[in-house]
Amino acid sequence: MPSSVALKGAADRRQLDRARVAVFAVRYGLFLALGLWMVAMTLASEHFLSWLNFLNVFRQTAPVVVVAVGMTLVMATAGIDLSVGSLVALVSVLAAAGLRADLPAWAVIAAVLVLGTVVGLINGVFVRLGLPAFVVTLAALTYLRGIAFVASDGYAVPIASDGFLWFGRGELIGIHVPILLAAVVALVGYLLLNKTRFGLYALAVGGREEAARAMGIDVGRIKLAVYAGVGLLAALGGIIATARLGNGSPNAGIMFELDVITATVLGGTSLFGGYATVGGSVAGALFINFVRNGLNLLGVNPFWVQVVTGVILLLAVLINTVVNRRVAEWARLAGAEPEPGGAEDQA
Amino acid sequence: MSPLLVSMRGIVKTFGAVRALRRVDLDVGHGEIVGLVGDNAAGKSTLMKVLSGVCAADAGEILIAGAPARLASPMDARAAGIEMVYQDFALVPELSVTQNIFLGREVTRELLGFRFLNQPAMARAASELFARLGLRAPAVDTPVRTLSGGQQQAVAIARAIAFDARLVIMDEPTASLGATAITKVRETIGRLKAHGVAVIVISHRLEDVLTTADRVVVMKHGRVVGTRAVADTAAEEVLHMIIAGNDPRRPAPPHVSA
Repeated sequence: MPSSVALKGAADRRQLDRARVAVFAVRYGLFLALGLWMVAMTLASEHFLSWLNFLNVFRQTAPVVVVAVGMTLVMATAGIDLSVGSLVALVSVLAAAGLRADLPAWAVIAAVLVLGTVVGLINGVFVRLGLPAFVVTLAALTYLRGIAFVASDGYAVPIASDGFLWFGRGELIGIHVPILLAAVVALVGYLLLNKTRFGLYALAVGGREEAARAMGIDVGRIKLAVYAGVGLLAALGGIIATARLGNGSPNAGIMFELDVITATVLGGTSLFGGYATVGGSVAGALFINFVRNGLNLLGVNPFWVQVVTGVILLLAVLINTVVNRRVAEWARLAGAEPEPGGAEDQA
Repeated sequence: MSPLLVSMRGIVKTFGAVRALRRVDLDVGHGEIVGLVGDNAAGKSTLMKVLSGVCAADAGEILIAGAPARLASPMDARAAGIEMVYQDFALVPELSVTQNIFLGREVTRELLGFRFLNQPAMARAASELFARLGLRAPAVDTPVRTLSGGQQQAVAIARAIAFDARLVIMDEPTASLGATAITKVRETIGRLKAHGVAVIVISHRLEDVLTTADRVVVMKHGRVVGTRAVADTAAEEVLHMIIAGNDPRRPAPPHVSA
């Protein structure tokens, strides 16, 4: 289309530039916002920009990152899992009970990881049957926490096992174990999503299930796998969170699913499936926790922090859906996204 | 080698009380273009679903190159060299052109015992594929949702013949396209024939069939009404068969004898 480019006037070009900026802002807005917030907080609080504070935020973020990676793959298939917070509670309670019964830490950890996978599989079985993921996992959110309360009788149990606590407080090659685990999970999740058949099929299932089926993809198996995966990762997140706090409590992980979903949606993973980004989810998780940390340092009433978290989720969904679509549409009309392939229809 | 690429014999399919196919026979020669026409609910799509492995026939048999074949899934059909271009293209809008073409048949490589997608190899193969087909290649890494209807059609066709297809079934290939894109599709069908690929075109548009096909098969109420070499018929006669549901030249052979 060289002739049409040559014919474009200055006004068109300005429009094009604006469209490019808009596309860039929507795509990398989260990173910009995170950067701006960190600059602002550095100016506002002398305690913000310190190694200790950053390590603290990273350690708080670790369980969210671990589970958000699993949620990213679930959302790639156009699904959602609301039960991860309750699963954290169940893992927390059962791990503490197991350790109290003098089971070795490795056995307890293996057992709760298996439990998480099985819980995820159960969710997956119902989703595969065609039930809405939202309702299936809302039910799991309720009954899993119920089981956690029944199993613990409502009491928190302290944990003394050093082997177990290492997962929340230990260090390996000079790095805090939760941070290391989160980094490994994020890396593996990135490779799975972007470089393997499994990730591609998850995106295909979420993008257009009928097309995936027509191409011979076992849609049901992919769905089972992503829910099992997020269950496994929720159990790992539960281990890290429980070990960090040092006790097993049926109240662990309350509203944790909201943090995870906010991080994922904020990162740019589509709520409707077909598009997902692990890097975005990590950045989203960091964003939420840096905002909370900043508000705490500023001495903002903690009740307000919850309000802010809710508003961030709402904004994230707004950008994820309406704004994203409008900007992409507008940019295509303005020609910022090259109409690919040359115009065969005009040929 | 059998002179026939595909021979469907006495295919029966019922959906509850509806008898969608009542002992249908259909032959396709190597490199032959067959136009399949008929009213809505004539059974065209159901017959093609049976041939592409999407749904199983209740009775009848399918011979491919003379040998009985079991087509229990789209994968079976594809392994036998039968590909389907769906009316809605069956593309995943968010995935790239390359990802769509290789969906379900990815090229992988091993690294440290794990299997990873070989994205560069697939991108190269996709570009080459478009060149070979004489189709204008869309940038193969762009998401399909940004392509026009005609370009999406080109991607769907490219996918169908990327893996040594012997027969491509096109379900209403021109239904959702503009005039220039329709011309493009007709050219592509001709090019497939030149490459020795047989094509079955299902179409409401008689014009599509009469300009591209070697032979036209008319169906009504789950039966084959009649078949004609395109050179030996005219639009009026085919139209009569579609509407009246009988063959004015009866008794004529119900299909080209093998």
